[in-house]
Amino acid sequence: METFDLLMQGFGIALEPLNLALVIFGCALGLFIGAMPGLGSVNGVAILLPMTFLVPPTGAIIFLAAIYYGAMYGGAISSIMLGIPGASTAVATTFDGRPLALAGKADQALITAAGASFIGGTISVVLFTLFAPPLAEVALAFGAAEEFSLMMLAFATFIGLGGDDIPKTLFSIFIGLVLSAVGLDIISGEPRLIFGGLPGFFHGINFLVLAIGIYGIGEMLWTIESSHDGVKVSQASFSIGRIATHLKGLKHSLKASFMGSFLGYFVGILPAAGATPGSIMAYGMAKTMSKDPDSFGKGNIEGVAAPESANNAASTGSMLPMLTLGIPGSPTTAILLGGMVIWGLEPGPMLFVEHQSFVWGLIASLYVANLFAMLINLAFIPAFIGVLRMPFTILAPIIFVLCLVGGYAPTQNMHDVWLILIFGIVGYLMRKLDYPLAPAVLAIVLGPLAETSMRQALLMSDGNLMIFIERPISGPIMGGAVVLFLLPLLKLLRKPRVPVSD
Amino acid sequence: MRRAELLMALVLGAFSAYLMVKSAELPIGWIPDEGPGGGAFPFWLAFGMLLCCVWIVARWVRRKSPPSRSTEPYLAVTTRSTIIRVIVALTLMIGAIHFIGIYLSIPLFLLYYVRVMGGHRWPLSVAVSVITPVVSFFFFEIALRITLPKGYTEPLFYPLYDIFM
Amino acid sequence: MIKRSVFLPLIALFSALAVLAAGPAQAWEPKKPVDFVIMAGKGGGADKMARLMQSVIEKHGFSSKPFVPINKPGGSGAEALIHMKGKQGDNHTVMVTLNSFYTTPLRQPKLDVDISTFTPVGRMAEDTFLLWVNVDSGITNVDEFVAAARAAGSDWLMAGTGKGQEDQLLTTFLNKAYDLKIKYVPFKGGGRVAKELAGNHCNSTVNNPSEQLGFYQAGKTRAIASFTPTRLPLFPDAPTFKELGKDYVYFMQRSVVGAPGMSDEAAAYYRDVFARVYATDEWQAYMTKKSLMGGFLTGPKLKAYWAREKAVHEVILKDIGEI
Repeated sequence: METFDLLMQGFGIALEPLNLALVIFGCALGLFIGAMPGLGSVNGVAILLPMTFLVPPTGAIIFLAAIYYGAMYGGAISSIMLGIPGASTAVATTFDGRPLALAGKADQALITAAGASFIGGTISVVLFTLFAPPLAEVALAFGAAEEFSLMMLAFATFIGLGGDDIPKTLFSIFIGLVLSAVGLDIISGEPRLIFGGLPGFFHGINFLVLAIGIYGIGEMLWTIESSHDGVKVSQASFSIGRIATHLKGLKHSLKASFMGSFLGYFVGILPAAGATPGSIMAYGMAKTMSKDPDSFGKGNIEGVAAPESANNAASTGSMLPMLTLGIPGSPTTAILLGGMVIWGLEPGPMLFVEHQSFVWGLIASLYVANLFAMLINLAFIPAFIGVLRMPFTILAPIIFVLCLVGGYAPTQNMHDVWLILIFGIVGYLMRKLDYPLAPAVLAIVLGPLAETSMRQALLMSDGNLMIFIERPISGPIMGGAVVLFLLPLLKLLRKPRVPVSD
Repeated sequence: MRRAELLMALVLGAFSAYLMVKSAELPIGWIPDEGPGGGAFPFWLAFGMLLCCVWIVARWVRRKSPPSRSTEPYLAVTTRSTIIRVIVALTLMIGAIHFIGIYLSIPLFLLYYVRVMGGHRWPLSVAVSVITPVVSFFFFEIALRITLPKGYTEPLFYPLYDIFM
Repeated sequence: MIKRSVFLPLIALFSALAVLAAGPAQAWEPKKPVDFVIMAGKGGGADKMARLMQSVIEKHGFSSKPFVPINKPGGSGAEALIHMKGKQGDNHTVMVTLNSFYTTPLRQPKLDVDISTFTPVGRMAEDTFLLWVNVDSGITNVDEFVAAARAAGSDWLMAGTGKGQEDQLLTTFLNKAYDLKIKYVPFKGGGRVAKELAGNHCNSTVNNPSEQLGFYQAGKTRAIASFTPTRLPLFPDAPTFKELGKDYVYFMQRSVVGAPGMSDEAAAYYRDVFARVYATDEWQAYMTKKSLMGGFLTGPKLKAYWAREKAVHEVILKDIGEI
């Protein structure tokens, strides 16, 4: 009951006129930042941090949380409409969101994304309200070995995402992992794979650079080739009647949304993991558990619902280690943490005791932000659909420009813009030869987490591999990963070898 | 298509080998009590890439993959020139950013694409070419405070900063 | 034709504005947003501090143009240093540095960066280091720590940030001073290191107070000694290593530098801005709360300080065989 009272108190704070206005404004702004390829919640939050000096700390963190939520909703918009993930959390949304948009169902995908995000946000905030302190202990128990096992589980869930050509799929995973190793090796402190001694490689190859290159430039070249000019990106249409139908249709993706929400939340609370592995694993799980796994990647609405609910749930989840442990679960929460420090709030176990009005005001504002982000998102869907109706010869150059400017903005380095162009062209040429590229994009996100945690764990265990199996939390996760790895292999072996006729 | 499949596999194979050499700048073996060295992860994965390329070539020889059986040209004659023009235009635009900045190269690119390649009328082409950079300026520089590269045109923006910041 | 008719008035407008803006000669002021380079990643100690400075500058209106933070964490700051070196003569680029300002050029001579060419702006603080253990270990002082670590040998784990950086230098000091075999495990970021200790995944850390404060206040971790000249007011029970007979003091500098060859007028402007930041209540409160030390240093004194610190780091790095 105490929790409930505190929450009601929190609502009192979140619904104060100033704070409510901040929530609505933050959500709308976040939506646009998130919808821009290249810019995600982390940029929005970082850039707006100093502006929040104008309002009291509680209002400020509420504002930033609203931007965070808005951007999470917005990320789905560019994934679905342009096929370019605006942030790593939205990669999995492109897998089915893009095919749906191409099939003229952009409105359905957008509405499902908004609905799933709302479910994910709500479930996770409820979990957050009820179980914050005990879950903080779980997060604390998660060390390097557990993290590596979790990464293996994430890899295992998307092993089936590739095409039919096994060597090309493997190649794609490997090249993504190798590219993820560029930059600094944090264990030995040495720079590695600095091609041509270019200083731009010191910060590594950002996921966004590869994703914008492949999905932005490469995909556009592919569309230009297959459309012979004059064709629209998609035949988008829009009416109130269709909205109503799609809202009713949400129930078909409920299962995927619920599963994505829980999975996303639990992965999100783990320090260092964050929303990206959460959304990828949710997608993989939805596919594995679906009755019709083959339709995934070709426009299955559950393939939008699962990752979208998961990434929203995970963004709430990643606030938990931030507030209770002072550890950011994602780059965005790292900046939020900086904000709290600026305002003189010390994150950590004592925060819940000493600054109750702040904590519960934040939690309550998450409920409110979630609701408004969904409503604002739904209100803008007609406008987004309108954009898709522009002639392709106008839309295409604007998308190219957005890709390049969006690719420049996060690091403010022209080096990355050139890389985007190169990845775009090479990706296009490879795609024409049936190389699946999604595995490379996923691998570049998970690669650094996997390598670093594996080597940290091995350092701790004097090089003993048993550490991954012997530890009480790591062992079962690793076991699950092994089972998931073996499943598709078994299927493959049992499949009779017949020559493929095209 | 068939020739392209082989060529791509060979190029990627060579690239894998280069990555292996580059990774070997750091220790690639197992360091006792510590686990794998700094270069091990990229080295062995690049080795995996190389194996995949060998596998792809083997399948090419046996005509297993669809592209290795296809007789279609890799780049269709009808679209080849369009694709090349787009790529060249993109490259020139990015190159030009270093000198004349983003706010001149973007309009030039848009004007070329919309007017010349798209065949739209002048008023529309100019409108697109002017509105896009103006909106970018206000969104990135004023609202989000991300400075975009301006090259030699930078002094032209000082008065704008004085007005809007 | 239309293109020209649109462009000409635009250019005319720009030039008119440029003339207006030039105006009468005054003290130097930035003409465009100032690039505020951070030689570390988002969310780390240096990043938090830079964003605090940025916020203070904006809140008090110390600068007519905003300071725009850009993170360049690549290669332990190598990327940031090369970026600054390339900004020779630039009046709109300043950088927040930490000790990798000394160590990275020493460890990577190929970068060919000479930090004495950088323009000194201001040393904002010196961050302190303490030796931390988990409360569950039952260790309350350095003697017990040494006994336990010696018994564990190389199974005693010290979590820290990147290799060859501050935390490892301190670990090496402990190993040498007390004849220990502590094993150093690098993690990304001081916050993560603090969590490793609170979660009992390692045995000790040498965090800054700002990183461990949350766990310390919750009673999960304990500071058993400090690497400062005198005891820190926030941790009165942690003796200094000096008191324990090991004359060892180590700080993390937090200073702001300008691009090499910055004009004197611009350098004077930034010195003034950061001197004012240093004097604000916000900055002073932050320093007290996070147990930061050090007064504001600038000009030749700051240069001399860098030269001294660089020499100290060269000796330490040679000692541990990193260079």
